[in-house]
Amino acid sequence: MLTQYLLSGLTSGAIYALVALGFALIYNASHVINFAQGEFVMIGGMATAALFDAGVPIYFSIPLAIAAATLVGLLLEKLAVEPAREASVVTLIIITIGASIFLRGLATLVWDKKIHRVPAFSGETPLQLGGATLLPQVLWVLGVSAVAVALLAWFFRRTLTGKAILAVSHNRMAARLMGISVRRVLAVSFALSAALGALAGVLIAPIAFTSWDVGVMLGLKGFAAAILGGLGSGAGAVLGGLALGLVEALGAGYLSSAYKDVFAFLIIIAALVFLPHGLLGRRAAERV
Amino acid sequence: MDCSAAARPNGSRKALLLLAAIVAALPLALPNNYAYEVAILVALNALACVGLNLLVGYAGQISLGHAGFFGLGAYGSAILAARYGWPAWGSIPVTLAGVALLAWAIGWPILRLKGHALAMATLGFGIIVAIVLATEDRLTGGPDGMAVPPLPGIQGEKTWYWVVGAALLAGVWLAQNLIDSPRGRALRALHGSEVAAGALGIDAARHKVAAFVISALFAAAAGALSAHYAGFITPGKASFLHSVELVTMVVFGGMASTFGAVAGAAVLTTLPHLLTVFKDYEMVLLGAVMMLTMIFMPRGLVPTLESVLAAARAKPR
Repeated sequence: MLTQYLLSGLTSGAIYALVALGFALIYNASHVINFAQGEFVMIGGMATAALFDAGVPIYFSIPLAIAAATLVGLLLEKLAVEPAREASVVTLIIITIGASIFLRGLATLVWDKKIHRVPAFSGETPLQLGGATLLPQVLWVLGVSAVAVALLAWFFRRTLTGKAILAVSHNRMAARLMGISVRRVLAVSFALSAALGALAGVLIAPIAFTSWDVGVMLGLKGFAAAILGGLGSGAGAVLGGLALGLVEALGAGYLSSAYKDVFAFLIIIAALVFLPHGLLGRRAAERV
Repeated sequence: MDCSAAARPNGSRKALLLLAAIVAALPLALPNNYAYEVAILVALNALACVGLNLLVGYAGQISLGHAGFFGLGAYGSAILAARYGWPAWGSIPVTLAGVALLAWAIGWPILRLKGHALAMATLGFGIIVAIVLATEDRLTGGPDGMAVPPLPGIQGEKTWYWVVGAALLAGVWLAQNLIDSPRGRALRALHGSEVAAGALGIDAARHKVAAFVISALFAAAAGALSAHYAGFITPGKASFLHSVELVTMVVFGGMASTFGAVAGAAVLTTLPHLLTVFKDYEMVLLGAVMMLTMIFMPRGLVPTLESVLAAARAKPR
């Protein structure tokens, strides 16, 4: 049983980690908590389902759906966040909440309010693993998430654009003085974050289905994972996501499935009270 | 600074009178029971927002879980009245006392957190409340909700309108008095800088927890009244989306402005009812209005309009 719980915990944990990375990316570049992050997940899943239903092969539907979400991310940055750059953090949060309502409404118009299914990438025959059953899609979730995280780490360490994003997150003014275009960094961060969210949505859709409102809870869990790990830390986001998934799965398995989210949030609150900056977050001194 | 502080109580008294006049005159413009219903919902949301504004706007502490207190107020009074046969006028004060105690107990550890960590902790609290309300179905009726007995002697939309209208005015009056008191000044100092406020001898933790408890009481009172008014409640009242709605109303109307909180509640409660004409486009329009308002009036409705008015008045002829 334990293997089964661990597997399901890691699966949802990987999805939370991808969403949390999206939060961290945008937060680092702009100090905005993007409450529309969950909608990228929804767009990824829903667009894939819609394209697939329209007869597009699954392997073309997926990149097209991710591209669509990336475009939405770029538009969100250009049309809603950029014009309000001087506004306070809370105002920016309300703007992204407005954006999330807007995108959910748009999804019900473009698609519908039904629940959609995306076929598993490589069959549905369960595999046996040490007494636990394993859907092939779980391997896709874990594998693709691991590759995405590795690529992201490479992107930040080895590419000029990645380094520019890091520089802006450390000190926006200094980065600008070094000739880094902050506007471009913002655009890239939103695009990347949207792509990551959409990827999570595509990966989980064959297991958990998708509909116009899946983004609310997934976005929330991703936010929780990002905070648990320490907001703005990439490794923290991954760690926070996996920890959250495991706590949920173990709580649901051994204690009570109705209260699994209660355990998850109780542990997050307790963790924050003792580690106010998250597992791997930076400590910041308050300026007077 | 001195003269504006002295002029303030006078100004807020004028604004309170204006609000009372609006509450008194509004029934003339309400054509039917449906309009009364919307007005009552506006007043209830406004009551919760005026309290939340004390925490968010004045003390500068975010809460994404205040619907939890709204839900606890609603369910507490409903359960005492429906399951244990308490008279409704007894169940509300006892519930409020319980909520205050709970807010105080969780306020101490949680309000040590700052910014996004605080947002997360309050959000988690709200979600926990919503899940417990949906799961303990023997007491709460589960996800389907429960029927709530009416308040004795208060029936019909018109009577309820005066009850919630009076409750809102009392709430605004309390909030204004608090803001103009030394405690209110301490809260605003905290908002500016906790370290600086501490250096002035302000006990940050105590004031933050007090603001948290007071704002929880406002939300719980609005929740209890809404439960007895509607006669039916569901756990959705305690949901994350409702918490976000409340914060959105405060920011939309203008933070650190009691009348901003009222205006934000009025606009954002009425808007969905007006937008139902557009049926499928309702959500898209609501989202667009929220984004556009915050982009073009980042300080919120009331402060922006106030400065526009002040500028127009100051302009030489």
